[in-house]
Amino acid sequence: MNLLDFVEFSLSGLSVGAIYALTGVGFVLVYKATRVINFAIGEFMMIGAYVFFGIAAKATMPTWAAILAALVVTALVGGLAERLIFRRLIGESAISVFMVTIGLSSIIIGIVEIIWTADPQSLPEFLPKEPFFIPTGFGEAFMPSKNGWGFIIAAVVVAAIIVVFRYWRGGVALRATAADSQAAYSVGINVPGVFSFAWVLGALTAAGAGILVGSIAGISSAMGAIGLSVLVVVIVGGLDSILGALVGGLLVGWLEAMASMTLGAEYKQLATFVVLMLMLLIKPYGLFGTHDIERL
Amino acid sequence: MHIGAAKQSYAADEAIFTTNTQKTWLVALAAALATLPLFAGDYWLLIACLVAINVISAAGLMVLTGYTGQVSLGHAAFMGVGAYAAAWLAAKGAPFWLAIPFAGFVAAAVGAVFGVPSLRVKGLYLALTTIAASFILHFIFFNWASVTGGALGLNVEPASIFGVKLISNSHLYWLAMPLAWASVWCATNLFRTRVGRAFIAIRDRDISAEVLGIELFRYKLISFALASFYAGVAGAVWVYLFRVVTPESFRLIDSIFFVAAIIVGGLGSVRGAIFGAVFMTLVPELLKLGVAMLEPYYPGVVQLLSPVRIIVFGGLIVGFLIFEPLGLNETWRRVRHRFALWPFRT
Repeated sequence: MNLLDFVEFSLSGLSVGAIYALTGVGFVLVYKATRVINFAIGEFMMIGAYVFFGIAAKATMPTWAAILAALVVTALVGGLAERLIFRRLIGESAISVFMVTIGLSSIIIGIVEIIWTADPQSLPEFLPKEPFFIPTGFGEAFMPSKNGWGFIIAAVVVAAIIVVFRYWRGGVALRATAADSQAAYSVGINVPGVFSFAWVLGALTAAGAGILVGSIAGISSAMGAIGLSVLVVVIVGGLDSILGALVGGLLVGWLEAMASMTLGAEYKQLATFVVLMLMLLIKPYGLFGTHDIERL
Repeated sequence: MHIGAAKQSYAADEAIFTTNTQKTWLVALAAALATLPLFAGDYWLLIACLVAINVISAAGLMVLTGYTGQVSLGHAAFMGVGAYAAAWLAAKGAPFWLAIPFAGFVAAAVGAVFGVPSLRVKGLYLALTTIAASFILHFIFFNWASVTGGALGLNVEPASIFGVKLISNSHLYWLAMPLAWASVWCATNLFRTRVGRAFIAIRDRDISAEVLGIELFRYKLISFALASFYAGVAGAVWVYLFRVVTPESFRLIDSIFFVAAIIVGGLGSVRGAIFGAVFMTLVPELLKLGVAMLEPYYPGVVQLLSPVRIIVFGGLIVGFLIFEPLGLNETWRRVRHRFALWPFRT
């Protein structure tokens, strides 16, 4: 193993990690506001990717319009899921809600297979084709254009989300709801609205991440399995921490790349889940998560 | 609660079946199950075997999730451990009546190991560690080729007793159904013992249970081991039914199937495990039948079977959790009370 390989693998791992981080941020937003662990996050990514695929391949729309349509459709699905399913489950045990998201993921997979069949497809190219060459002390590290652009787009979107949540009123309302929904109610925040908004936003980021993942690795009705990696990301980072999702995403992406470089591609998933298990044993609330204190 | 069933002794109070009506129905059920091979076709006997296997496994998961409150999304992986253990021992020449308990004990040991995180984490976090366990076990099935046969898996010779090979589904029915019956019987009686009551206390409030002097770690591990024992036995019967096991036989979705089954059946009752396992196994078959009936009118509808099955599976989980969170067991209870109390309203 030489150093240049190491850098190239690290770069590709980090670019996947950036997409994990983006999805993780969407996941954390939903969790912070509504305390729902969304197992279907990978399937929301899949909706985004497939709607983009369906529109771009069939209609003669410019790419940007297809992407926009995909984002809107996925956001709508997210909002509807909140309004029709998760709003009814407020106050149910966390496990029940988690199982409902599992059921939802299965429904989404079925619908996608009915519309687009289970066969793998590839998304139309929409990113610039020139690969990146990153100069290092011992030669130029090669990075495929899709990975590079994926990293850049994910980073920009995550930065935008963070800025929005720091300064915009809606973001403040969401953080207030996350801190204490009863108190948020009593100061006049529209808490159900915040719940819907969090789901819409979570679905939106997932759709964006799904399009990026799809353009790198292709799409299939099994691509929702990436949601499992995202679960690991948010557990490592801490379920309710945006910073945690960022660090966790990059860390897990990098670790997966390292595992597939040193041990072989089949060890990628094993590495992810060993990390998950160790993390839960050592620090169950993740790197930056809030500790729950239980009272009788 | 039955009108006019005043209990006059502790034995009567502790009895599982309190009225003669219940006992009669139980005997009727036993008779129906015993005569099933006489009139059911080969295909439906296969389904019956699958139902029996799923009942064993679901009863195990019910002990762990429904009664101890520890959600496991790795149950099918423990079933896989049992299947591999049975196949491995059978390949060494052991008879099935040794291989099946052996599978149970191996699965119990593995389950206890993966139950260790339950001391540290609970609820959803525990569910996630069991997902991790599921993937780690899948990896082991795939890569420990000297024992598990790698991607090709293991083939098993048919089980044989007194020189008769158990090949046909009606033979295996007589292996699977009594085992299912026994496992339901054991699970029901478990909750009349000290250990079972400790499980229930842990489920209802683990901290309170600990204050009462129940060793959480010990009982959680016992629960994991017991549940995995059931899963292992179910896996062993499964491998004698299909006679081959590969890493793809027991995936995460199969673990989700069992959790879905006990939710649909109704958490916290062994009867719920039976209902859930029967219902969730039969629904895809009914879908298949329905599609076969529609095929002459809508050619090509067969292609929709697999996605529709996935949608129905998800829809059942979502629908039951929203509209009937206590599961089929509650529906059953309501219907029974309606009849028992008629003409009064419940």
